[in-house]
Amino acid sequence: MTRVVVVGYGPTAHRFVETLRGKGFEGSITVLGEEPRPAYDRVALTSYLDGKSLADLTYPEPGDVTVRLSARVAGIDRQARVVTTEDGHSEPYDVLVLATGSSPFVPPVPGHDLPGCFVYRTIDDLDAIRLAAQDATSGIVIGGGLLGLEAADALRGLGLATHVVEMGPWLMPRQIDEGGGVVLRNHVEALGLTVHTKAGVDAIEAGPDGSVARLVKPGGEAVEAQIVVFSAGIRPRDELARQAGLAVGERGGILVDEGMRTDDPAIYAVGECALAGGMVYGLAGPCFTQAEVAVDRILGGTAAFTGADLSTKLKLLGVDVASFGTLDGALDVTFMDPVGGVYKKLFVSDDARTLLGGICVGDAGPYTSLRPLVGRELPASPTELLFAGTGGVNVDLPDDAQVCSCNNVTKGQICEAIAEHSLTDVPGIKACTRAGATCGSCVPLLKQILVSSGVEVSKAMCEHFPHTRAELFDIVRVRGITTFSQLIAEHGTGRGCDVCKPTVASILASLMGGHVLEGERAALQDTNDHFLANIQKNGTYSVVPRVPGGEITPEKLIVIGEVARDFGLYTKITGGQRIDLFGARVEQLPLIWRRLVDAGFESGHAYGKALRTVKSCVGSTWCRYGVQDAVGLAIALELRYRGLRSPHKLKSAVSGCARECAEARSKDFGIIATEQGWNLYVAGNGGFTPRHADLLAGDLPTDELIRVIDRFLMFYVRTADRLQRTSVWLENLDGGLDYLREVVIEDSLGICGDLEAQMDRHVAGYFDEWRATIEDPDKLSRFVSFVNAPGTPDPSISFATERDQIKPVLIPLEVVRS
Amino acid sequence: MTLDLRPAPLSLSWTPVCAYTALLPERGACVLVADQQIAIFRDFEGRLYALGNLDPFSGAYVLSRGIVGTREGEPMVASPMHKQAFSLVTGRCLDDPAAAVPTYPIRVADGQVEVSVT
Repeated sequence: MTRVVVVGYGPTAHRFVETLRGKGFEGSITVLGEEPRPAYDRVALTSYLDGKSLADLTYPEPGDVTVRLSARVAGIDRQARVVTTEDGHSEPYDVLVLATGSSPFVPPVPGHDLPGCFVYRTIDDLDAIRLAAQDATSGIVIGGGLLGLEAADALRGLGLATHVVEMGPWLMPRQIDEGGGVVLRNHVEALGLTVHTKAGVDAIEAGPDGSVARLVKPGGEAVEAQIVVFSAGIRPRDELARQAGLAVGERGGILVDEGMRTDDPAIYAVGECALAGGMVYGLAGPCFTQAEVAVDRILGGTAAFTGADLSTKLKLLGVDVASFGTLDGALDVTFMDPVGGVYKKLFVSDDARTLLGGICVGDAGPYTSLRPLVGRELPASPTELLFAGTGGVNVDLPDDAQVCSCNNVTKGQICEAIAEHSLTDVPGIKACTRAGATCGSCVPLLKQILVSSGVEVSKAMCEHFPHTRAELFDIVRVRGITTFSQLIAEHGTGRGCDVCKPTVASILASLMGGHVLEGERAALQDTNDHFLANIQKNGTYSVVPRVPGGEITPEKLIVIGEVARDFGLYTKITGGQRIDLFGARVEQLPLIWRRLVDAGFESGHAYGKALRTVKSCVGSTWCRYGVQDAVGLAIALELRYRGLRSPHKLKSAVSGCARECAEARSKDFGIIATEQGWNLYVAGNGGFTPRHADLLAGDLPTDELIRVIDRFLMFYVRTADRLQRTSVWLENLDGGLDYLREVVIEDSLGICGDLEAQMDRHVAGYFDEWRATIEDPDKLSRFVSFVNAPGTPDPSISFATERDQIKPVLIPLEVVRS
Repeated sequence: MTLDLRPAPLSLSWTPVCAYTALLPERGACVLVADQQIAIFRDFEGRLYALGNLDPFSGAYVLSRGIVGTREGEPMVASPMHKQAFSLVTGRCLDDPAAAVPTYPIRVADGQVEVSVT
């Protein structure tokens, strides 16, 4: 059996082992990682300081791979084919793969090793920077490239006055030209950062405490700062290879051939440690391609790495920056809008027919549609193309155009996957081809391809309406429709079904308020909404009174206990910090609720596609770690949004400190207290496909927090599909989290006032629908077992006893389906 | 008023179960006749239907609580348990030809809904 050993466990190594296993390799795979933690997404490193957890960044564990962490390799014995770790472990190999990555380059200026000097590469680096930032007021990043600006963004996020020191004449000199540099600098300075270009470093000087106090530029000018982060480039980590006598480049990097093989045929090198075709690649896309080439060669293939697309598109400090292709050409066309902060330039061949490359700052619209066209004939005039992707031009791609540069997927491969697996959505394409799964910048293109490849993505909700829920919502809202009958007569066919009726019921409830059992609306409701309780497997129902924030008085607890005892109900504490009472027959529901309402309870809407509960930890009132009153906020939120009908159920939680005991990040909207206020996370989910919520806004005061949640919820209610939780909704939202932020925080659509007014109407119009039901004889009359024998309980319902409580017993029947 | 909606043998014995006006359009109700649970429905046009109340998929007596609508023009009720649709006319399951529920004659006489279970 072949033994493959991988040295290093960064993103490239992870991609290597995942691909090797994925391609059916049957030998053993052992990974020796130097860091104490499994591989994580280094591209998203900055988000770690932004609220993402290590778990969010950690890659899924590859199956059937032995991973040894904190295992630093001391040497390679190429004769014996064994690697030895510093702790004395020996690992024999048949094939060795070096994926040792790179280390940040720290220029040897005086003071570069003082306490307070950092690099920006690992989780440990970030933890150290975060800790140091607590006692600092300002910080300096040395290096104004891509990583340097990321680091600057991180320092700014930690509340430091931030300086960027770049040797070159403008920021990101490797990716953009002078014009782009000017626009980028304006953006960066507008955020309060100080930019020093054409600036060297003479020394870093310590203060009286021995740690960093200032940076001195040539000429003597000093910049005060307590933190210095070096981000002046990377150096391949080739020391193991050198030691083992493998050939390395003059300026570093392990020499490899087109198959990523070193001069020892049993040893490969991939990623930032490798020197391939005379270049060391520091971007995820090319490194992943190298890993895949090495896999192919190990499995006997002939794949070759012959260079890579160095296009980049990212959002730095809130500014889109992108470059692609060659940044040089006989002709170029430039668009510059210094007021709007936009700079775009395309390079074309001297006959103005072939696209060579481009630069975008402030609007990366053209990047997605034009990058795959590099080297091809221009599909439109260069001026038109400058506005491609911003609604101007729709670009048709040839089949061999690379759509996803991170994972090297062509349009042809995507179309093939769509046809072969009958894919109908972007998540399907991601799963089958990996396109769009890394940086996500090509997702808009994937959608275009879906549409243009003739996939009839039916958006019809059901046979009765050719619309999506969002479209129906707009029809109802704009045309002021108030009944299902009117809607289906004017916009649908037939008399509806179990799909469209509850959807329309929910839309009417969101827009009109009122009672869900009023008039014709009663006939639209699912059985749960119709009986205001949750149906269980034997046809009985469960009852959940609202317990806002999970806070309940002893008196109320006693009432719940008495009701459960008197009606013989099974009781269980729910995950949402309330109490569920099971086994109620329809005719018992009003009697149970009479007792509950009299004791001050109200509907918990556990039966509705509506706000369920706002969980909380005990918060600063009692907890010695709490920094804010989590219970108080949870109750306020639950009372504000109770009864809000939505496309699917809504769950929330509030944690009083960063320990996150309320598990707020598994909720549709979760709030975590900070010293300054509240962090708002959205679109989390537990359930079948767990998803950690994303940080939408940080350090909000309470009134601002509520305003943002109002907008977020109403935007979701308006635009989500039927039964689409916030997590899936956000995944499918064009532009994702950034777009959501633009809409609900920056008000880019100008609808925030409208969303807030709609929520205000909801809050003002709220009433307890159970109280309203028991006070209305007409509605009450529906809660009977048999209309001709209302006193007779359903004889089919029976119970057995388990652990001193009832459990349903179903009458045995000839089950139709096995 | 007599709305006799389907041809019925003369020998049927009819049991009155409720006032016609007690039934909501496009909503069911359950009645107990001769120890049998019958789900009765009134559609949008006012026609009546009667099916066995037992959902054969879940084993629970719940069909009367399903959502009433149409499937390609055919009046149907969707089980509130797992949403299988049953034709109100024939009782056949529209999602699984192997399953069906019984149907019963139903009519309105003098404003009263009557079903026959013999």
